[in-house]
Parts: sequence; C-alpha cells; structure tokens
Amino acid sequence: MRVLGTIAALIFWAVGSAMAAAPKDSCITCHLELERKQSEPAKKFDSDIHHQAGLGCADCHGGDPKDESMNAMSRAKGFRGAPKKNQVPEFCARCHSDIAYMHRFNPKMRADQLSQYLTSVHGKRLKQGDTKVAACVDCHSVHDILPASDTRSPVHPMNIATTCAHCHADPNHMKGYNIPTDQVEKYHKSVHAEILAQGDTSAPTCSTCHGNHGATPPGVNSVANVCGTCHVFFAQLFESSPHGPAFAQMGLPGCVQCHSNHEIVKPSDDWVGVSSTSVCVTCHSAGDKGYTAAQKMAGDLAKLKTFYGRAEDILSTAERSGMEVSSPKVELASAHEALVKARVNVHTFNDAGVQKLTDQGVEISQKAYQAGVVALHERDVRRKGLGVSLVFIVLAISGLYLKIRQSESRPHT
Amino acid sequence: MSTLSRRILAWLDERFGAGSIEDFLRHKTVPQHRHTVWYYFGGMTLFLFVIQVLTGILLLLYYRPTPNDAFESVQYIVTQVRFGWLIRSIHSWSANLMVFTAFVHMFSVYFLKAYRKPRELTWISGMLLLFIVMGFGFSGYLLPWNTLAFFATKVGTEMAGAVPVAGKWMLTFLRGGEEVTGATLTRFFGFHVAVLPGLATVLLAMHLLLVQRLGMSVPPSVERAIAEGREPTRSMPFFPNFLLRDIIGWYAALGVLGALAAIFPWELGTKADPFASAPAGIRPEWYFLFMFQTLKYLPPKILFLEGEFAGLVGFGLAGAVWVIVPFLDYRAGFGRVTRFFTGLGIFALGFMVVMSALALR
Repeated sequence: MRVLGTIAALIFWAVGSAMAAAPKDSCITCHLELERKQSEPAKKFDSDIHHQAGLGCADCHGGDPKDESMNAMSRAKGFRGAPKKNQVPEFCARCHSDIAYMHRFNPKMRADQLSQYLTSVHGKRLKQGDTKVAACVDCHSVHDILPASDTRSPVHPMNIATTCAHCHADPNHMKGYNIPTDQVEKYHKSVHAEILAQGDTSAPTCSTCHGNHGATPPGVNSVANVCGTCHVFFAQLFESSPHGPAFAQMGLPGCVQCHSNHEIVKPSDDWVGVSSTSVCVTCHSAGDKGYTAAQKMAGDLAKLKTFYGRAEDILSTAERSGMEVSSPKVELASAHEALVKARVNVHTFNDAGVQKLTDQGVEISQKAYQAGVVALHERDVRRKGLGVSLVFIVLAISGLYLKIRQSESRPHT
Repeated sequence: MSTLSRRILAWLDERFGAGSIEDFLRHKTVPQHRHTVWYYFGGMTLFLFVIQVLTGILLLLYYRPTPNDAFESVQYIVTQVRFGWLIRSIHSWSANLMVFTAFVHMFSVYFLKAYRKPRELTWISGMLLLFIVMGFGFSGYLLPWNTLAFFATKVGTEMAGAVPVAGKWMLTFLRGGEEVTGATLTRFFGFHVAVLPGLATVLLAMHLLLVQRLGMSVPPSVERAIAEGREPTRSMPFFPNFLLRDIIGWYAALGVLGALAAIFPWELGTKADPFASAPAGIRPEWYFLFMFQTLKYLPPKILFLEGEFAGLVGFGLAGAVWVIVPFLDYRAGFGRVTRFFTGLGIFALGFMVVMSALALR
C-alpha cells in the first residue's frame, strides 16, 4: 500500500508540475471572453490539427501570446491579423510550401499545394480578383481543420462531393460562370457514388477526376486518360480501336460520349446495338459499317445471355430437386466469364473478336444445359424407380399381412 | 420343410447342434399386450444398422479419406457411380432414422421399466450401443469433408477442449492435432469404419444374446393386470408371427428410405475450406442439438466453474445416472413403480424435445 501511495503522489506531482509549466496562450484566454464572432475561433481551435501539432494562434496570425495586454496584437509584436480572401492561399502557404518545415510534422507531407492551386481555375480566378472562388479555407474549413483522413473532415473522400456542392450546386453562387449546377446531383446517381456510399473510399469522387488543389475540368482530349487512371484496360482497348483516332479527329470526348460524365450509371447490354436504347445509333446509321458491327455485337451478346440464362435455370431446377450439379455449375461460371470478357471487348468495336468470346460462352452454356437435362432426366428416372419399388414393397407387405392373418386364423396345434 | 433343407439341418445338427437353435426359435414366444408395438423398435434399429453396414461397405469401395480427395470421392459416388446417389442417400437417411428409432427404443424401454431386474445388463449394453450410434453419427458427419461438416466438427471438438486438465489432451486426441485437419479426417474415418463397428459388434452380440436369454419384458402394469386376473396371459410365436410383423416394418422402412433418397437426396454442399470463415447458422446433427442449445443458454460462470464445462459435466453425470438407472430404480424389480423415475423420464424427454425445437427455430 505504501508503494502504491508513493507512486500516486509522484504521478500527481509530475502532472501538477507539467500543468504549471504549460505556457499560457493569451490569444485563447482573451478571445474566449469576447463576443461570438471573436470567440468562435478560440472555441473551435481545440480540435484543429494545427493545435494538436502544438501550434498556436500566433503561428499563423503573428503577435505575442505571452503578452496579456492588447500589445500582443501590435505590429511591433509581428501581428498579421486575419488574411483577406485573396491572401488566404499565400497565408497558408507560408508553412505549407516550406517542405523542410512541413516534414517536421509529417515526412510524407507534400508542399506543392499552392503551386498546384495557382494552376487551377479557382486559383487563376482568385488572382484575377474573383473572391467567390474556393480558396483553402472554403474546402478545409478554418480553425477546426481536420486531417483529410478524418471522416468528419469536409475533404474526406466521403464528404468531398458535398463540399464541392456548397458552391457548385448553388445556382446563385455559380451565376455568371456559365457552368451547370447539377453535377453533384448527377454524381449521386452514378455507380461511382453508389460504391463510395458503400464505404469504398477508393471509388472516385469529384477530386479523383478533377484534381484537388489543381482542380481543372479535364479537356476533351484527356477524358480517356482520366477514366483510364482506374479503367486501364478499357482505355487501352478504346485507344487501339477505330474509335480512338476517329474521336480524336472529330474532337469528341472518349468515354463520356457513351457513358456520360457525372451521371455514370451501370452500363447495360441495351447500350450496344441499333435499338432506341443503344448509344451506337447516336452516331451510326443504317448501312454504315459501325451500324452493322453494333447490330452484330448486340445479337451475339443477347445470344450468349439467352443460352447462359437457360443453362442457369435448368441447373437451378435440378439443384432444387436435390441433384448434384456442382460441376456443371462451376463450368457454367466460365460462360459468365466469357460474357464479361465479351462486354469488355465491345470497347474494341471489333464484332469478330466479340463473337469469338460469345461463341465460347454459348458452347459452355450448351454443355451445362445438357448436364441439366441429364440431371432432370435422372431425377425423373429415380422417381419412377421409386414408384415401381414402392409398388413391390406394398405388394410384399400385403402378402406378409395376408400370411400372418392366414397363419393366425388357424387354430394352434 | 423340403427334404434338402432337412438334410442340411441334420448335417449342421450333427456338427454343432443346430437343432437346438431351431428348437429355441420354435418355442420362443413374444408377450402380447397393449404395449407390444414398442417391441418392434429394437428390431427396426437393428434392421437400419444392417442397412448402414451394407451401404457403408459399398461406399468404402469409392470413398477416399484425405482432405484432397474426400469431397471429390463422395461427389464422384453421387454423380458417376451407378446407384451411388441411392447408396449414399440411404446411408445418410438411414443413419438419422437409426438414431431416431434407437431413441424411441430406449425411451420405450425406460417408460415400460424393461430395464428392471434381471435385465440391467441388457439396458447397460443398449445404452452403450446408443452412445456408439451417436459416435457413428458424429464421426460420419465429417467424412464428406464439406463446409457444414468441417465447422460443425470444429465446434463439436472444441467442446471437448473445454474440459479442464484433460481437455487439451482430448481435443488433440480427437483432432489429431491442434486444428481440424486431414489428420482429423483420417482419425474420424478410423473411428467410423473400424473402432466403432468393432465395439458395436461386441455390444450388439451381448445385447441380442441377453434379449434372447431373458426374453421380452412384460411391463409392470400388464403383469399386475394379469396377476389380478384383469387381463389374460397372451403371447405369439416369435417365428414366424412376430418376425413377419417385424419384416413388414422393415419393408415399410425400406420404402421410406427409398422415398427420402429419391425425393430428398442427401445434400453434399460445398467442399470445406479450412481458411474460410465459418458460415452462419452452424449447428450439429439434430440429435446433439439439445446439448448444443443448453450450452448456449448457460452463463459464462456457474459458481467457480466455466459455464460450458459445467454443462458438459452436467450432461456427463446425467448420462451416467441414465446408464445406472436399473440400480437406482431397484424397486421396479419388485414390481413397484416409482413415480420419481417416470417423472425423470418425462422431464428428460421434454427437455430434449424443447431444447432441440429451440435450436431449430
């Protein structure tokens, strides 16, 4: 007990000494006493990443936090005050562009945010005097800045679309820029947003395609490169297809021509072909080579889907009937793989190549279907065999019953 | 009897007195009263055991007890081997029906007090046979090496590991190592096709010998009614009258087995993947469910014991009491029926049914 008491006393002494030694920040002390507008930064600063890294108000705003008089905020004490909107990037960049300083806190930290920002539309317009555009604090917040990895941060992948929407979905704010304000609304309908909402933070959000500090709309020529960052194989197929050079020549954006830009929904096989739902007929018309190829590819995909569906149905029926069809089911999975590959190969716009894959899938599906037919036939044979066996069993039981009755009706000898 | 049969019997009689067996069968009778129907469940269990032996031997022709081959060999049996599906399904369904009829037989013997003096050893050998039948079920369940069986065995053997001091040794003995692996499979195969059949043969021979030697027990209530003249003493010849009735039951069982195999073939599932996470809803075979559910309800600590361990000790003691019940209920040997033991039986049966039903919810 004495030992425990000594340890407790030592701990209290150490904590007490540390508290007594902690430097007093007069900025916080005074601002907490002030009206709402002046006290808010001091209240919020507790959760700020800068505060947690050991920085204080004076590290950004200057002044002397040790001085408890109003002199603390004098020019003589280096007080800089709050920056104007057009000064914000350079204000933050005093530290964030100093790689040596930044690496003291995080050796992986980049220090090129300002130079990137100045290349962005936001940065350029700010330099031209447009203070409506986003600067650092508009996205990262101020005085309660959290690391981007924190789910509460406005720049966490899950929150970026909402952060961008603050300005880009506001028609009043965007008045005069001549760009639509429905991007975020469309994005929320996209397959990308759907995956992100499931918690997959690797799914693209605004900054994935547009960049973050160097935010710029991708130009017509760079769309395929942007999509190809993730969809590498599709981009390669498209570039090597007849559409690659043709689109470039006509000045058409690659992927978005068919898949749209913000509202990128899950593609459907109906997009291929010559029906009213097809995207091919947007450019191709009856008689041209592309129209014929589209018709052919759509037909081949539909054929494989029909054969695959038929095989899947019959194997499911056989399985529900208790038949062992796991092997044909495994084989049928290859037909589905062939269908997926054929869908991917549509981006080559080579109908012969697509057909080769769909033919493989059809062949596998037919084999699986046959296995299903055999399994169902086997099931019927079993049931018929059961019926016949039961007839014999009932006959045998009846015979035994009659034999018992006969032997028991005779008096015992 | 034909001349040839007589000559064969005479030849056998000259060598080992086969005539005395024939004489025994000719004179053996079975008591006839309102509870006679329960006598058939012993024969039914024996019939299903014979089915198990025959179908088991046929399965052995193709089955390979290694983790790489076990699942595929069973898959081969049910898809490629002629009538393999029928043999495998009958083996699985018959195993379950055998456990069911064995339980019915055991409870009927219990409630009709057929364990009373002088049939104590018949009861004990029967109880040991019931434990062996459950052992057959537990060891056979793993053999197809499918996901459900793999994880159910993992859970089942973990229970043995909960026993203090000897738990670790028991778990290692059952699994053939720390985990359920190929070593467990070969071990369980050995138990299933060699150790348990050997023990079952000895105990079954003893059980049947005792049944023949002591005859069928007449329930105390019937004995009293006969003694008081309220009921006449009735019996039927074992051969052929009782045996023919037995055979009718066997034929019916065969029909039920065939129907189950053809309409509800026993599922094979997916091959066990030891690295996969356990699928939801893992539970043991239905005849272990009452124990499984009870252990789930137990608190982590009961007095100074681990809850699971206390449960296992409880079941062990209950099983031991059940085995020696003829000695505890010795009054039944003098024709005095103790309500306590009847109540105990009703409680045990009710407990098993309710707990199993709760587990199946």
